[in-house]
Amino acid sequence: MKSKILLWVSLLLMVFNFYMIFIYAPIEREMGIVQKIFYLMVPAGWLALLSFVIVLIGSILYLVKRESRWDALAFSAAETGIVFTTMTLIVGSTWARPVWGVWWVWEPRLTATLVLWLIYLAYFLVRSFTAEESRAARFSAIVGIVGAIDVPIVILAIVVWRTQHPPALIFQGGLAPEMLQALMVSIAAFTVLYVLILIQRVSLKNDATEIARLKGLLRED
Amino acid sequence: MESSGYLWTAFSLAWALVFGYVLLLINRQRGLRHDIEALKATLKEKEGRK
Repeated sequence: MKSKILLWVSLLLMVFNFYMIFIYAPIEREMGIVQKIFYLMVPAGWLALLSFVIVLIGSILYLVKRESRWDALAFSAAETGIVFTTMTLIVGSTWARPVWGVWWVWEPRLTATLVLWLIYLAYFLVRSFTAEESRAARFSAIVGIVGAIDVPIVILAIVVWRTQHPPALIFQGGLAPEMLQALMVSIAAFTVLYVLILIQRVSLKNDATEIARLKGLLRED
Repeated sequence: MESSGYLWTAFSLAWALVFGYVLLLINRQRGLRHDIEALKATLKEKEGRK
């Protein structure tokens, strides 16, 4: 029931989000219509980082409490996170081509985001190479905790280093009010969608773990 | 490619990724349902033997 409500909220918010991006928000003078990619890139980037924070929390709690629900949360957040990190990289490249004239630049923010994607990949590689479920959960939790070091690097990359990436205009008041409102709606819409997907993924993971346990019990009989 | 082309490419690819992932989850859910049915059948079989 809760998921159905969340699904409807997500759908309505997403429709409103499209209205805000394509009708309400004005076209930026310098970049033109391509600037609207920004309303997709920022929420995707935010969710990529949020996922890693959830992976960190889930991993720490799993190592402390050894309860499989925390591993399910970390695993599900990592999987959802790799989807949104991939989205950030693809959408970012599609924005970079017309604005910078290249698909990819090895500048700090982009490189740190690529490293984030590789850490997510390592998380799943560690899991797939470890046969025993509890060992896989333990090893991947360590990757999740160590990998979280990259999150502040991604965030601070545009502050610490001189970079081609645009500065954090949201916090500097550099966005027109209509653009800021559209961005906030977009972040809210994608966050609700993310929560919905994450809840479903956690539920799937828990069901899979339970089925595997029951299969094991049946085999023992 | 024109600016609008990049915009549509970005939105199409992003949504294709989200829909692709959701479809993958639906597929996995179907697989789990199949496993549950198999488990139920095995349990019935075992109860029948007793």
